[in-house]
Amino acid sequence: MKKSRILMIIGPLFLLGLFVYPLWNIRLEAPQYPIPLGMYIHINKITDELPHDVKNINLMNHYVGMKEIPEHMLEFDLFPPIIIAMVIIGVLIGFKANYKWFLGWFILMSLLGIAGVYDFYLWEYDYGHDLDPKAIMKFTNPDGTPMGFQPPLFGSKVILNFVAHSYPATGAYLMFVGMMMTLAAFFVGKAEEAKK
Amino acid sequence: MLKKALYGLAIASVAFSSCGGPSADGGKKATTGALGSSVAEKAYVAPGEYDEFYAFISGGFSGQLAVYGLPSGRLFRVIPVFSQDPEKGYGYNEETKPLLNTSHGMVPWGDAHHPDISQTGGKVDGRWVFINENNTPRIARISLKTFETEEIIEIPNSAGNHSSSFVTENSEYVVAGTRFSVPIPQRDIPISEYKGNFQGSLSFLSIDKEDGDMDLAFQIRMPGFDYDLSHPGRGKSHGWFFFTTYNTEEAHSLLEVNASQNDKDFIAAVNWKYAEQLIAEGKFTEEAVKYAENEWDESTHMATSTIKKSVKVLDASKLPGLVYFLPTPKSPHGCDVSPDGEYIIGSGKLAAELTAHSFTKIEKAIAEKNFDGEAYGIPILNYEAINAGAVKNPGLGPLHTEFDGKGNAYTTFFISSEVVKWKLGTWEVIDRHPVYYSVGHLMIPGGNSREPFGKYLVAMNKITKDRYLSTGPEVCQSAQLFNIEGDKMELLLDFPTVGEPHYAAGCPADLVHPNTTKIFKLEENNHPYVTKSEKEARVVRDGNDVHIYMTMIRSHFAPDNIEGVRVGDRVFFHITNLEQDYDVPHGFSMIGANTSELLIMPGRTETSMWYPKEVGVWPFYCTDFCSALHQEMQGYVRVSPKGSNTPLTYTLDDDPLDM
Ligand SMILES: [Cu+2]
Repeated sequence: MKKSRILMIIGPLFLLGLFVYPLWNIRLEAPQYPIPLGMYIHINKITDELPHDVKNINLMNHYVGMKEIPEHMLEFDLFPPIIIAMVIIGVLIGFKANYKWFLGWFILMSLLGIAGVYDFYLWEYDYGHDLDPKAIMKFTNPDGTPMGFQPPLFGSKVILNFVAHSYPATGAYLMFVGMMMTLAAFFVGKAEEAKK
Repeated sequence: MLKKALYGLAIASVAFSSCGGPSADGGKKATTGALGSSVAEKAYVAPGEYDEFYAFISGGFSGQLAVYGLPSGRLFRVIPVFSQDPEKGYGYNEETKPLLNTSHGMVPWGDAHHPDISQTGGKVDGRWVFINENNTPRIARISLKTFETEEIIEIPNSAGNHSSSFVTENSEYVVAGTRFSVPIPQRDIPISEYKGNFQGSLSFLSIDKEDGDMDLAFQIRMPGFDYDLSHPGRGKSHGWFFFTTYNTEEAHSLLEVNASQNDKDFIAAVNWKYAEQLIAEGKFTEEAVKYAENEWDESTHMATSTIKKSVKVLDASKLPGLVYFLPTPKSPHGCDVSPDGEYIIGSGKLAAELTAHSFTKIEKAIAEKNFDGEAYGIPILNYEAINAGAVKNPGLGPLHTEFDGKGNAYTTFFISSEVVKWKLGTWEVIDRHPVYYSVGHLMIPGGNSREPFGKYLVAMNKITKDRYLSTGPEVCQSAQLFNIEGDKMELLLDFPTVGEPHYAAGCPADLVHPNTTKIFKLEENNHPYVTKSEKEARVVRDGNDVHIYMTMIRSHFAPDNIEGVRVGDRVFFHITNLEQDYDVPHGFSMIGANTSELLIMPGRTETSMWYPKEVGVWPFYCTDFCSALHQEMQGYVRVSPKGSNTPLTYTLDDDPLDM
């Protein structure tokens, strides 16, 4: 089998790592939490980094009126079938289709990824801004608008007494590696085609 | 030239001070001299850093056990053991009350003496601390996961449980030896008929390998002496236990004179391996007794007390080979076994020298029946035949010896207020250092084991007058920390202690710190009155009993408004702390309740009982500053007149809870 096809078959399989490993990690650091609080976002659930972290994040956040971190979201129903579908399509393309389809898969997956990140941003925004009007503590920005507590999409950010860190986790890295393999499959396929 | 002369002078003065006795300047030179700052550094633990060792120092008449760090001398925690402790609700809440039950009913106080750490293979293993209660004979086991008392067993046929609670090298047994001999069974006889009618008991409590559960395995009936201290054999003498005695005169009055007449008292050497064999062969008598066995259940968060009614007894007078007496000069106190198990050191309180017996020679003397008569059928071994040597003129009033594992021994001297370092085998004095004042026991971490950690020594003093800022007639009691790594002992630190620092046990922090419990898991809480979520919170009336299933979390109780309680009711607050975060306990207190607060750890349930006596609306609140809204963590109970029909309601934010 051609090298490009092998790459295109293996690449999408890396996405299956998302069913084992978390996609993203958000960690909250503060002097009174020498061991930071953290949560992992998977494609189908949110879990503790250390036991009871999510419960304790909810407890901290309730002072400023933030909602509890949801146990269930629509995304948890949607993401797994989409990933499965993309894996199947990717592998089939790898076996059967022309190398140009490889790029097509990569672009579609990238668009889905961007949509996912945008969805994540919307959720974070809502989580950080839709505050209980009866919140125990109310903070405003220097311009007088109510302060939001949205964690950063990517990177680190100071929120009151916490430093919030938001970074990809193992699942995301596996997905990235897999997608890069499909992109490579395209270029290798193109070169193989040119040689002929 | 001048420099050289000064240098020579300094050496001379050091040499001089090291061989002298207690000096007139009170030893202050050591901390104010040129080396003063480096001494301070040796006991300094920077903010945020951990101590190297734990020290578990008994609180004596406070009945508790205090936990300190070494070398800093910082007090971390007072663990309630034998005395009620309102700070923690210990002995006041319904869950821990059974721990203080005895055959005499609930005893709210105890006299805690000698802590000892469990061992595996002759090394301290950091799993449990055992400690004895002297007044109402008991032994407690404290978990070093939770730093809580998990078990207390009363000792029958015993009085003044002093030669206790030392542990054998695989934690097979912890012992309890009676200080006072008494009529057994107790009966109404003239005190003047003491001799021959009063007897002593040495008790062996087995320890479960997995959960530490103690059981009174057997007792050995002994002559009516006073049994003072004890230590297990180890290494070659493993299988034996040694107990010092005083009042072998069997006097019953003015003991300070009448119990000091014999030139020699005894160390009782007990062959406990043989005792096990005798028990297996059925050579015991089953005696009717009454004692309480109190156990904490980690799953139900609750203690239970059971009254037990019999004990297996071996009579030392009738079972040859079970016990031998080692003659030891003048009312010996400490009974200390060297790390290799060869030497048994008797500290005759009134003797001019320290006596060391040789275990090898003891075995030989037993084999050769080299006896100097007997006492109540128990052979007395020939003193010369078993004597290994003596430390001559070491000081006044020797009490207790520990070892550094490098061939040296350290003995406290009560009357001359000093610690003396001497060499095992050659018996020569190497160093001495004054202490302030009237030192009792001393402790080297791992002291009662085959492998002492010979870096620090803690001397526990009875008197501190003029040593600290005064606090009226009662001044603090104290401990002193020495570094013993060099040839000379170096005084590093004085630190005050809780109650009388009677005795201590220590171990490296690494054995304990990583294994401690951070929270109690809610899902593993099987308390019969647990409330695992706010939705389950409720109030249930059962005749005149009202059970309030309440939860607490930052920063509210649920429910926080309760109505329908009546004068004459008995109200139980069963409160569960829903937190699952390290170091977030909440407290609970009810106005007018005739008990203490509760201090409830994350995931735990505790119960407080309250008799509402007056009509009104009465507040309760959280006593432990738990969060930014701690001050708001409060609620009310409305109390209606007896017989009124105010409906039973319970709300949070004016809503029912089970929405
Ligand atoms: Cu509180």
